[in-house]
Amino acid sequence: MNNGFDWDVIVRTAPYLFRDGMVFTLQLTVLSAVGGLILGTILAMMRLSSNRLLNGIGTAYVTGLRALPLLLVIFWFYFLVPYIGAWVTGASRPLTVGGFTSALITFTLFEAAYYCEIMRAGIQSIARGQVAAGQALGLNYFQVMGNVILPQAFRNMMPVLLTQTIVLFQDTSLVYVLSLTDFMGAAAKVAQRDGRLVEMYLFAAAVYFVICFVASRLVRRLQHRMAIIR
Amino acid sequence: MHYNWNWSIFFEMAPDGSGSDLDTLWRGLGWTVSTALLAWVLALSLGAIIGVMRTTESKLAQRIGTCYVELFRNIPLLVQMFLWYFVLPELMPQALGDQIKQMAPPWAMFWPAVFCLGFFTSSRVAEQVRAGIGALPRGQRMAGTALGLRPVQVYRYVLLPMAFRIILPPLTSEFLNLIKNTSIAFTIGLLELTGSARSMQEFSFQVFEAFAGATILYFFLNMIVQILARVLERRVAVPGFMGSRVNTGGH
Repeated sequence: MNNGFDWDVIVRTAPYLFRDGMVFTLQLTVLSAVGGLILGTILAMMRLSSNRLLNGIGTAYVTGLRALPLLLVIFWFYFLVPYIGAWVTGASRPLTVGGFTSALITFTLFEAAYYCEIMRAGIQSIARGQVAAGQALGLNYFQVMGNVILPQAFRNMMPVLLTQTIVLFQDTSLVYVLSLTDFMGAAAKVAQRDGRLVEMYLFAAAVYFVICFVASRLVRRLQHRMAIIR
Repeated sequence: MHYNWNWSIFFEMAPDGSGSDLDTLWRGLGWTVSTALLAWVLALSLGAIIGVMRTTESKLAQRIGTCYVELFRNIPLLVQMFLWYFVLPELMPQALGDQIKQMAPPWAMFWPAVFCLGFFTSSRVAEQVRAGIGALPRGQRMAGTALGLRPVQVYRYVLLPMAFRIILPPLTSEFLNLIKNTSIAFTIGLLELTGSARSMQEFSFQVFEAFAGATILYFFLNMIVQILARVLERRVAVPGFMGSRVNTGGH
């Protein structure tokens, strides 16, 4: 270090880092967690279905995406989404898709594969007799799932789902490769502009650490509380 | 909407005269595998030590182990990669830092990547080792002690050999994760598999061929690791203990 640790650069750029960067990071995390969880639950139901075709599609999707690095998937969708968009809307040229939209689609589709495996375990953790009981009451498949199985599966898996969401929160930092301004992207931009790599990256690490540490502690507390109730 | 497919791109010579694009991907695969293997050696050794520390009686050792795991688990891997690559040389004594910065290109990114991935994965291996030792019947430790073994010997000859067999399947998926995570070394400029697909795409504009090539190689790598892991599991299985794979896995 040539001229000491420059605290000032952190103080000066903190509003930018949090108002622009962290807001982007949190929006991306929350929206793709919700989207991923919905799609993941559908995939889990497909993987547990006795229909060969649905089962095959679900399994191929999940095992395929889980075998690839997130970074490669980010690149895939960054280039693929404009073409898919053009195909869906019937346009003759690839659509221009914003960075946030592209990242949101990528993370939703990617995380769905991981949420799917959690929800699958959750559904399997519910006694099979409950399905039979639901059917005996005259409920159809979707009523059994929606009213009996999924609420319990969701509840049982809550700590694991939240832990996966913390991982997602950390993974959103990879949008850096698309030059988007998430928290890490903002820190990197300031670091390179002001030549303050040490300060900015250490600060970013500290912020991520505090958030993830506190969040994982809360998840553990939730886990203990749920263990007592059940 | 049109996209001009051109699969022959793989065999055309790259503009920088370093061979065809297939060679570029192949070299990328080489960097991915070598980074992952070296990091894995580091991760297994450090992970075993930290994992054991968390199962000892010593409160201090437990605390150190916990802090270690929390530190590496709660910082995004990308940020850790930047810390190893950009920040660490600056925090070193001047002479050593300068020496690090003067390393020749591929190695200047390769070693930080190996250390970053090795330490990060070691914290995950440590969790598995701890769980593996915890899954053993308490009687094993007692039996070892009753035979007159010292604590180190109890771990070396009784607990760890069985614990590692138990955690072989989760360790396999940690290794697969490690292979995937090497792609993050691309952000510091290491041309591993994802990076070489990206550079191939930048030169040739054949986006989807490049990524499809990398995707197939990742699938291929995944398959080989899974086959090898299964062979290893069968090879090291202890007859009569846990009945190998047959009894595991739900339903």
